[in-house]
Amino acid sequence: MTIDIRNIRKSFGDFVALDNVNLTIASGELLALLGPSGCGKTTLLRIIAGLERPDAGQVLFSGQDATHTHVSERQVGFVFQHYALFRHMTVFDNVAFGLSVKSRKERPGKEEIRERVMKLLKLVQLDWLADAYPSQLSGGQRQRIALARSLAVEPKVLLLDEPFGALDAKVRKDLRRWLRDLHDEIHITSVFVTHDQEEALEVSDRVVVMDHGHIEQVGRPDDIYESPATPFVTQFLGDVNLFHGRVDGGSLTIGDYAHSLGQQHAGKTDDAVAYVRPHDLDVSRVADGALAAGTVEHIHAVGPVVRIELAQIGSGETIEAALSKERYRELGLMLGDTVYVTPKKVAVFLKEEAQDYVI
Amino acid sequence: MSLLNRQHSVLPGFGLSFGISVVWLSLIVLLPFTALVLMSTKLGWSAFVATVGAERVIASLKLSFGASAVAALINAVFGFLLAWVLVRYPFPGKRLIDALIDLPFALPTAVAGIALTTLYAPNGWIGQYLAPLGLKVAFTPLGIVIALVFIGLPFVVRTVQPVLEDLEKELEEAATCLGASRGQIFRRVIFPAVLPALITGTTMAFARATGEFGSVIFIAGNIPLVSEIAPLIIISKLDQYDYLGATAVAVVMLGLSFVLLFAINAIQWWASRRHGGGR
Repeated sequence: MTIDIRNIRKSFGDFVALDNVNLTIASGELLALLGPSGCGKTTLLRIIAGLERPDAGQVLFSGQDATHTHVSERQVGFVFQHYALFRHMTVFDNVAFGLSVKSRKERPGKEEIRERVMKLLKLVQLDWLADAYPSQLSGGQRQRIALARSLAVEPKVLLLDEPFGALDAKVRKDLRRWLRDLHDEIHITSVFVTHDQEEALEVSDRVVVMDHGHIEQVGRPDDIYESPATPFVTQFLGDVNLFHGRVDGGSLTIGDYAHSLGQQHAGKTDDAVAYVRPHDLDVSRVADGALAAGTVEHIHAVGPVVRIELAQIGSGETIEAALSKERYRELGLMLGDTVYVTPKKVAVFLKEEAQDYVI
Repeated sequence: MSLLNRQHSVLPGFGLSFGISVVWLSLIVLLPFTALVLMSTKLGWSAFVATVGAERVIASLKLSFGASAVAALINAVFGFLLAWVLVRYPFPGKRLIDALIDLPFALPTAVAGIALTTLYAPNGWIGQYLAPLGLKVAFTPLGIVIALVFIGLPFVVRTVQPVLEDLEKELEEAATCLGASRGQIFRRVIFPAVLPALITGTTMAFARATGEFGSVIFIAGNIPLVSEIAPLIIISKLDQYDYLGATAVAVVMLGLSFVLLFAINAIQWWASRRHGGGR
C-alpha cells in the first residue's frame, strides 16, 4: 500500500512540530524517518497511524483519504519504543489480542487464532515463549513479541517508533539485521523512526532526514551519505570536519590555502562552509591542493584505521583525519609534526544556501 | 534456621533491620493479640461458646461483617470511579476534590457519625424526604453501611489513583491500533492492570470498616438484633465489667478478620502474580 502525505502541519502550542510536510511512501518499502529529537519524526509517524491529528493536510492510503479514519480502522501495526505489551497477559494472549477483539462476525475460530499466533511466534522465533509473561522476557524478546502482536491483525502498514531505542548496542545490531530480513520476507510497507543514522542507513530502502519540522532530504542510504543536500544532513550523518572559507572562481580558499573545486560552484563568489569526513581527508607533508595545515596533537592507532587529531594552524580548531595503517606508516607521523590536509572529497555549501543553519 | 546461614545479600543490614521489624511487629501487633487470646482461654470452653453463641452476639457479628462487606464493595465501585475521574479528566476544582478525598481519614469518626445522623435522622435534612417514602436510613443497617462507606472511601481512591496514573498511555494506543474499542480497552487492558490495587484498596476499606466504632454508633441507633455492631457489644460488655465476655467476642472478631484478610490476600497474590508474571 502506498502512503501519501500532503501538506501536513502540526503544532503543539507555539511549537511547530511539522511544517508543511510532503512525502510519498512506496508500496512495500522500508522507510526510515531520521532526525534529532524534536525534529517531528515521531509526530509524523503518529499522524500516519492516526494517533495524532494533523492541524492541516491529508494522509492518503492507496490514494484514499484516511485523514479522518479512526486508528482502529486504519489497519496499521504500531510498535512502540517501550514495547507497550500487556503485562497481565501471556505472550500468546498478547499476540492474539488483535484477533480476539474483532467482532463476532469477523473473529476467527479458536483453533485458527491459535494457529495464526503460533505461526507469528515462529516468525519472530519465539514460539517457545508462548506461555511466558512479558516481565519474564528480555528487551529484545519483548520487542519481537510487540512486533508479532502488531502483525497479527495483518496490517497494511507497519509503523515502528524507535523500535530499538531502549535496547543495548549488541541486541540493537542483531534486531536491526533481523528486521531487515523479516521485511524482505513479508514485504509490508513499513516506516520506522530513529535518531541513529547508522541504523537508518543500514536497515532502510530509503531514508527521510528531518529537522525542525521539515524534510531536509529523501533518498537511498548511499545517496544520502555520498551527496548530502544540506549542511544539516552532512553533519547529522557522521563525524565531519568543518572549514570556513570563500568560493571564488571555481576554487575554495581557506586562509592561505586554495583548493580547486572543478565544476562545483563555478562562477560563484561567496563565503562558504566546507565539510570533509575524516576518512576523506588525506594527510601529507606537501602543501599541494591542501585545505589547511596543522600540528599533530593525538594519534589513536588502535584498530584498522588510525585516527589523527590535528590543531589547525591559525584558528587552533581540531581537525580529525582517518588514515589507513599503511598510509600512516608511510608518513611516519610523530606528535608535534606540522602537516597538510588534502580532501579527497569535499561538500561545499555557499553562505546563502546555508543561511538558516547555525553551527 | 540460622540467620547466619542466609544467602549473601548486597544490601547491608538485613539482620538488623529484620530483627527490629520482628520485634516491633511483636510488640505492637502480636503481643496484644496473644494476650487477648490467652485471656479468653481463662473463660473455659463452654462459657466461651455460650458467650459467643448468644443470639445478640451472632447478630452483631453478622451485621458487622455484612455491612462492612457491602460498604467495601460500594467503595470499590465509586472509589474506582473517583480515582478514574481524578486521573483522567482535567476540570476546575480538581485539587480541591483531591484534597477532600482524605477528609474521612482526618475527621474524628464521632464527628462523622453525628453529621451523618443529623442528615439521615427521620427529621434530618435528607431523612425528612426519605421518611415519607418509607425509607429509614438512620438507626438501621442501611445507616451503618452509609457510615462505613464514608470512612472507607479514601482507601480505594488512594490505592487505585497512583496505579492509574502510572498506566502508560501507549498500552491504550497499542490496543486501539489493534482494533479494540473503548469498552474492550477498559475491560481487557486497563481494568486487569488496576485490579490488584483495587483489591488492596477494597480490602483496606473492609478491614477498616469491621473495626469502625465512632461513626457507626450514632447513626446505628444500636437496637439489639437489628443495628448493634460487634464492637459495641464488646464495649457494652466492658462497661458491665464482663472483661472475659468482651475478650471472647473480640477473639472471634479477630479470628474472622484474620481468615477473611488472609483469603483476600491470597486472591490478591494470585491477581498480582498473573499481572506481574511471577515477578
